[in-house]
Amino acid sequence: MTFDTLKCAATLENLNQVIEFVEEAADRFQLATKKKLGMLIAVEEAFVNVCHYAYPDAEGDASISCGNDNGAFVVEIADSGAPFDVLSLPAPDTTSDIMDRQIGGLGVHFIRTLTDQVSYRREEGNNILQMILHKAEDTPP
Amino acid sequence: MQITVTTQAGVTIAALVGRMDAMTTVEFDRWLAEQLTNGETRFVLDMHGLEYISSAGLRSLLAAAKQVKTKNGALLLCNLGGTVEEVFRISGFLAILPSFPNVEEACVSLA
Repeated sequence: MTFDTLKCAATLENLNQVIEFVEEAADRFQLATKKKLGMLIAVEEAFVNVCHYAYPDAEGDASISCGNDNGAFVVEIADSGAPFDVLSLPAPDTTSDIMDRQIGGLGVHFIRTLTDQVSYRREEGNNILQMILHKAEDTPP
Repeated sequence: MQITVTTQAGVTIAALVGRMDAMTTVEFDRWLAEQLTNGETRFVLDMHGLEYISSAGLRSLLAAAKQVKTKNGALLLCNLGGTVEEVFRISGFLAILPSFPNVEEACVSLA
């Protein structure tokens, strides 16, 4: 396992830096373009969630680690906010008409849909969201 | 994100180029607010040059479509492709925002 880590303040101003960090790692891993773009969207959604919700009354950091784990591209996003599993959110409404449509929950829907595997764990006071993409075009079952 | 605008028979055609993410989508919001203030209500968004869109971008497009609808206008998309199209598909947005293969067909539908 060879992981690089970026630690930065959890603010939207750092979104570009986070995306570039993951994109460079994905390029080194030679992740296919389509999969890479999907992963970058999932990373944005996860990082933006941390920015908005992890530290409601204070400032805090997010830590982004990514790299190669046995041939899979792995990204982990960690924060030290209150325990919260974003994957516990219900599936979003993707069917109602335009005036009734709400956007809530779409971010986590993208995280689930655009990655091959995603999991949450609480470890040493941190929320850690792990997202995995396999190199091959075909998603294993 | 860059927005290049042309008008054709009362329709505002905007080519969106670059990224619509949590940071940049505010540029689109600002642009649309100006257009609505100027009385424009019929829009075709050309997505050919859009490389990337996240839920923040979709949120912004949904808000735009709602505002336009309350003014009895129209907001159409065209030239969706690649990952951007996939994001529209999995979010169910293709069912609520009319989408066309190209600018011409979008404009014809408004004629």
